[in-house]
Amino acid sequence: MANIISDETMEYVGILAKLELSEEEKTQAKKDMEIMLDYIDKLNELDTTGVEPMSHVFPVHNVFREDVVTNGDDSENMLKNAPAKKDGAFMVPKTVE
Amino acid sequence: MGLLDDTAVELGKKIKSGEVTVKEAVMACLDQIKKAESTIHAYVTIDREGALKKAEEVQKKIDEGKLTGPLAGVPVAIKDNMCIAGMRTTCSSKILDNFIPTYTAEAVKNLEEAGAVILGKTNMDEFAMGSTTETSAYGVTRNPWDPEHVPGGSSGGSCAAVAAGECFYALGSDTGGSIRQPSSFCGVTGIKPTYGTVSRYGLIAYGSSLDQIGPVGKDVTDCATILEVIASHDKKDSTSLDRTDCDFTSALVKDVKDMKIGIPRDYLGEGLDPEVKEAVLAAAKVLEEAGAVVEKFDLSLVDYAIPAYYTIAAAEASSNLERFDGVKYGYRAKEYEGLHNMYKKSRSEGFGPEVKRRIMLGSFVLSSGYYDAYYLKALRTKALIKQAFDKAFATYDVILGPAAPTTAPKLGESLGDPLKMYLGDIYTISCNLAGLPGMTVPCGIDSKGLPIGVQLLGDCFQEKKIIRAAYTYEQSRQEKIICPDMSEVLEKAVE
Amino acid sequence: MAKQYETVIGLEVHVELATKTKIFCGCSTAFGGAPNTHTCPVCTGMPGSLPVLNKQVVEYALAVGLATNCEINQYCKFDRKNYFYPDNPQNYQISQLYLPICHDGKVEIETTAGKKYVGIHEIHMEEDAGKLVHDEWEDCSLVDYNRSGVPLIEIVSEPDMRSAEEVIAYLDKLRLIIQYLGASDCKLQEGSMRADVNLSVREVGAEKFGTRTEMKNINSFKAIARAIEGERARQIELLEMGKPVIQETRRWDDNKEYSYAMRSKEDAQDYRYFPDPDLVPVIISDEWIDRVKAVQPELRTEKLERYKKEFDIPDYDAEILTSSKHMADIFEAATAICKKPKKVSNWLMVETLRLLKEKGQDPEDIMFSPEHLAELVELTEEGTINSSVAKEVFEKIFEEDVDPAVYVEEHGLKTVNDEGALRSTIEEIVAANPQSVADYKGGKQKAIGFLVGQTMKAMKGKADPASVNKILKEILDA
Repeated sequence: MANIISDETMEYVGILAKLELSEEEKTQAKKDMEIMLDYIDKLNELDTTGVEPMSHVFPVHNVFREDVVTNGDDSENMLKNAPAKKDGAFMVPKTVE
Repeated sequence: MGLLDDTAVELGKKIKSGEVTVKEAVMACLDQIKKAESTIHAYVTIDREGALKKAEEVQKKIDEGKLTGPLAGVPVAIKDNMCIAGMRTTCSSKILDNFIPTYTAEAVKNLEEAGAVILGKTNMDEFAMGSTTETSAYGVTRNPWDPEHVPGGSSGGSCAAVAAGECFYALGSDTGGSIRQPSSFCGVTGIKPTYGTVSRYGLIAYGSSLDQIGPVGKDVTDCATILEVIASHDKKDSTSLDRTDCDFTSALVKDVKDMKIGIPRDYLGEGLDPEVKEAVLAAAKVLEEAGAVVEKFDLSLVDYAIPAYYTIAAAEASSNLERFDGVKYGYRAKEYEGLHNMYKKSRSEGFGPEVKRRIMLGSFVLSSGYYDAYYLKALRTKALIKQAFDKAFATYDVILGPAAPTTAPKLGESLGDPLKMYLGDIYTISCNLAGLPGMTVPCGIDSKGLPIGVQLLGDCFQEKKIIRAAYTYEQSRQEKIICPDMSEVLEKAVE
Repeated sequence: MAKQYETVIGLEVHVELATKTKIFCGCSTAFGGAPNTHTCPVCTGMPGSLPVLNKQVVEYALAVGLATNCEINQYCKFDRKNYFYPDNPQNYQISQLYLPICHDGKVEIETTAGKKYVGIHEIHMEEDAGKLVHDEWEDCSLVDYNRSGVPLIEIVSEPDMRSAEEVIAYLDKLRLIIQYLGASDCKLQEGSMRADVNLSVREVGAEKFGTRTEMKNINSFKAIARAIEGERARQIELLEMGKPVIQETRRWDDNKEYSYAMRSKEDAQDYRYFPDPDLVPVIISDEWIDRVKAVQPELRTEKLERYKKEFDIPDYDAEILTSSKHMADIFEAATAICKKPKKVSNWLMVETLRLLKEKGQDPEDIMFSPEHLAELVELTEEGTINSSVAKEVFEKIFEEDVDPAVYVEEHGLKTVNDEGALRSTIEEIVAANPQSVADYKGGKQKAIGFLVGQTMKAMKGKADPASVNKILKEILDA
């Protein structure tokens, strides 16, 4: 197996993705990631020199909106599903120390 | 079974003529749901009241001559990753357990305007990540042909519901084969249109550059009719295309005499179940006999599609799913210490293992130092795959092959080995990378009594060609593949 | 001898564009409004919502790029910047990293040391974040997405500045360019223009740059100057002690005049940028660029030259008037009506600036209409009101934008031109103040001032001072 994922890397990716895995999950996830990366490494067999990365399949461009207000006050709907709210705002744990 | 044997278009005609009322059609489905759900579990949410109320409204409009389309009054099921205002939408995830959107997906809106009656939301792999509908947080869906087997995925609920007569047609979504593979496993017909044909507004994203909504129906006519209704140029979706050739039903013509059909040798090699291979080649033979030129050719790059696909889809998913954080909607952990712990706990408790696996992989391939090696490499591979298809379509009108290497596996067989599960997507994935239209049509039944599907791929914007080939095949083949007799299946399941 | 240090500064300036709607949805960008009343599924990151680009954002970004001598990326794209924070509803910000709309520009600045160019590395378009309010009562934070999705451009300079003075001159130059283009009102206090300061120090003569820090949260020109001094001192102190400067983001606390590291274990600073698959590329044709150039309004330098030529006002006045696009607009509009540039300029240069200073406001905050100023000039010129009444009326115009003619009428402030009435009042005053009359006759010319004052008081200020003087002299000298 070519790819070795360290515990630190798993920890780091967990911070990026905001996921906290149990020890058991971590071991499994590490193994899965190594297998997948080995598999993805297969792409290195391909010579892609000079090939432009393709994000969009079709050459669609310049899709715009005109600068016209179309939305009114929809705060009630926007807050309908909020797990916690107060005074028309979404409530979250304190963001400053 | 009676009424439930009708296709959506047949039912639509009967409703229009007054032979059947909308309520009768809805009741037939609700009765079937009542009978079948304890075994099949195709739905996450069933909206009985809403459907009956809507049936009355739609009936009135039909009687007044305000609704005249082919799908007016026909009951439909919607995959649970499409938002419908006022109807719980979960993506089969605990993280959206209590989410009730206040807006409706454009594709669903198009159906509603055509007089569709929505029965409920169908089960799926969590966030459409999976090929068996076993990663749902709300339990597995079973295959109506044999409840010991999976229906495929991720649109397994939609395909199972159609096959079991729990609706007349359904909407699914396809990111890497999620309409075509379960259609094959459930013996129904499904289309993944050209990227940009159906608006993605209101479709909860998995891989934004790959996702497309499409129809699941009982035959080619149904699918062409549904696609014609849901296709639209939507100003709310920047990737939506302004097409003027969406009269798909005009391609329901039994004639392939001018067609050249290619079968990739790469799709017939190792890993393909011999029974599936035989059925697919027999389907090709039917088309050849109908006048098409059928040849085998080398498509190339097939082995690279899966690693490129999983890199791109996981990367996009890792970003698309960041918004599920317990702040604005959905699940928030009960206990936490501070903001970041709230994020981590809500997400770790709210997402299932497969979703977490893909988010981790996606975050890794985009992280500092790996972006070029993984993500850009995958996008370059995608460009090469597109080129390979361009070359193939310079010669062939339609590419024909299997939709999946096997028929539906047994429940629990696939999840243990993710890589093996991913390899099952080998025939469907390239189509999403290249933005192509593809469809699955039933073409046989294996020795276990499970259906086999044949997949037809067309060049971009060439839905009409694959619809014509599929229609010709459907009309020309000897025996019809009809959906299983559910009363038999359910009786057996009880034993 | 102590080492001599040089400060090297680059700026990241965020400017809120003056569009009516947000960058990716049809919600209003208007200030104020109760929390979340300018929101929709797109700018609150609801599942399944999709962004569609506001064309005006591209127009403004392009105009600013051209006015700052930038090259234009005629093929530009949007990327996602991924990081978790509650003010960012999708937990990614749509921005531009790989192909920003403008790059490699420059602007000329002038300081006491002379003129120089500051290079512009790039300008990119992006979306603003929502607002967090900290609720002490509940010990939590409240999120308002009204600002979420408001369009911004970020102007990233080269590390070309060496002092606070240069930084201020650069910011002022940008402000004027952008205001003149109408692309933003650039109010630092309200946050429609914000600057992050990248700063490093090195020994004078050193070739390599030192390690830089980035300071955020600076919201006035004065605070920027203090932050630069404070951070320079902090870094020099570290170097003098032989300690390294750490590359990090710091938050400037203007009250404590010190910057604090913003790092935490949970901030990995790895934004995993990738092209946003929900948006398509923007292709800017040569024709589009030409069109934006063609409608480019007169910029500050051109306007200044024109004022000096066209209007009979001192050069100094022209400088001040054009230092705010808003003030220049009022000057031109009022002058066009009353044709008295010198008078209009005086009102702006003296009374307006005095009142702004008193209220701690900027010229951008002027809210009166040029029509009313012009009318006031006309009323004064015709002699309908005298200059002291005019001052009083102007304060009302400044504060409430009253119509001066109506105000004068309603409050009976017209100058009294009835000579008979004036003469009899003066006769009474003269009779009542024999001592002043005696002083005047005894050669004390100044005593007449007291009598004029008494008359004006008796007339409630509505007399024309010149007439009062004339009649007084007639009576006294008789």
